[in-house]
Amino acid sequence: MTTISDIKDQIKNSSARAVVENSIKLVKDKSEYNAILNLTEERALIRADKVDAGLIGGKLAGVPFVVKDNFLAFGAPTTAASKMLESFDAPLQATAVEKLEAEGAICIGKANLDAFAHGGSTENSAFGPTKNAIDQTRVAGGSSGGSAVVTALDIVPFALGTDTGGSIRQPASFNGVVGVKPTYGTVSRYGVVAMASSTDTIGVLTTNTADAELVMDIMSGKDERDMTTLPDFFEIQPNPKANQKIGLIKDFMADGVDPEVRASINEYADKLRADGHTVEEVNLPMIEYALAIYYIIVPAEISSNLARYDGIRYGYRAGNVKTLAELYGQTRDQGFVTENKRRIMIGSYVLSSGFFDAYYLQAQKARTLLINEFNELFKTYDALIGPVAPTTAFKLGENTTDPIKMYLNDIMTVPASLVGLPAISVPAGFSKSGMPIGVQIIGPKRSDASLLALARSKELK
Amino acid sequence: MFLGYNSYMTQITRDDVLHLAQLSSLQLNDVEIDGLQTDISNILGYVEQLGKLNTDGVEPTYQVTGLESVWRDDKVINYGVSREDLLARAPESFDNQIKVPKVL
Repeated sequence: MTTISDIKDQIKNSSARAVVENSIKLVKDKSEYNAILNLTEERALIRADKVDAGLIGGKLAGVPFVVKDNFLAFGAPTTAASKMLESFDAPLQATAVEKLEAEGAICIGKANLDAFAHGGSTENSAFGPTKNAIDQTRVAGGSSGGSAVVTALDIVPFALGTDTGGSIRQPASFNGVVGVKPTYGTVSRYGVVAMASSTDTIGVLTTNTADAELVMDIMSGKDERDMTTLPDFFEIQPNPKANQKIGLIKDFMADGVDPEVRASINEYADKLRADGHTVEEVNLPMIEYALAIYYIIVPAEISSNLARYDGIRYGYRAGNVKTLAELYGQTRDQGFVTENKRRIMIGSYVLSSGFFDAYYLQAQKARTLLINEFNELFKTYDALIGPVAPTTAFKLGENTTDPIKMYLNDIMTVPASLVGLPAISVPAGFSKSGMPIGVQIIGPKRSDASLLALARSKELK
Repeated sequence: MFLGYNSYMTQITRDDVLHLAQLSSLQLNDVEIDGLQTDISNILGYVEQLGKLNTDGVEPTYQVTGLESVWRDDKVINYGVSREDLLARAPESFDNQIKVPKVL
């Protein structure tokens, strides 16, 4: 697959304009995947010409990329794959986009997602599902499905995504690319559509780990416009620490998990052992509860964050209404997809007086217990490994009628989100039918760079 | 029961759904109400397994940054977005104000 350094060579040998035009042509040629909702063609070409004229420089001068369409960016609407924001024209750009542009990168388009990032297959997009890069009868994964597919199809060398409960890692695994969900607070979320503020993170999907390190290094750091950001701690490590102690999460290797997925993880563990690392099985009993904790806390935060879509100040407004209450109710009914409504209503339920203690408070206490278990393991282990999802990419439509079946697919990615830990998904192998299988590597907070260095040392060629 | 689930422990009535919709400022269309009734019952049934966990004396976690009381200087920051920029995005505006239907 194409790397950032391949693209830089192409720019040197031709021009930034030629490279950007080629990426745009690829989006159009591969439109059947429905990975891109809108191109930012005009703005991208203007910027490419400026790179060629020597007016824009930097570490990524002329390198095309794509952002998930919940990042505010100039040149096309920011839809969050919803009718609510279908024609919303961003008045500002996300800090992450600004930082990449400051290094000369060129955003060429906005990638499809589950509406408001609610989902794990990109089938909840108001503009149709994205198809898997390897098998078009299968899902792209989600919610950053479009970002994973454009990367896997070599349309661009990297794409930005958001990960609240697995939305970067799972589509990365389903399409055979690298996906990074950083430590909570690593990258500013200013200018990104909020979902669940206590677990929302911004990260990247790339064709290889070195490119992920480069992009994370550029995006990381404190931003006064996102008060949860941490001072920049991300520093690329030339080599991984030797003789690491790594835990293989046994709870994720249960009988219900696809045997081919388990086989790939075991193979990856053996490769780590061959390099002198120790890999041994560990238990995290609280993981059994992680999905239940997640599907209380996250809908609660969603119900609060999505209250802002009221049809008053921006976005869609329903017509033919007489009163203000009707305007809110009709706008929200017509502007949200069913999964948005489901989550908002679950959130309203668990936050209601009378149910608050039994659901929301209990979940936040259980979250503490989950955190304690991870902290205990990280006293002994440098990192933990396991699958990203119980299966490879499933068929389009397979899980759409049963929301819980869809949620169960998040069971291995939500724990790191609830604890705020860095977790990456890197290609580990393929099933017999050729579908990619990713391995998830989870580390203590701020160990992002060491996880990536470890993954780089075992990169699947 | 790592990858399976028992549900139907919580029964949500049609009235409950309409009440939740009202709390959420959603005027649901009829076709969606039945489906949401089933889905919400099932989801609450799934998350109710937390009830069997003993959390006596455990402090709740509301955020995971480890940051506390993050202050900024008490001054206006220029975000580069003007009043005109923002008003232009409102579905209806008049005389520097956003227009809405009557409240009562």
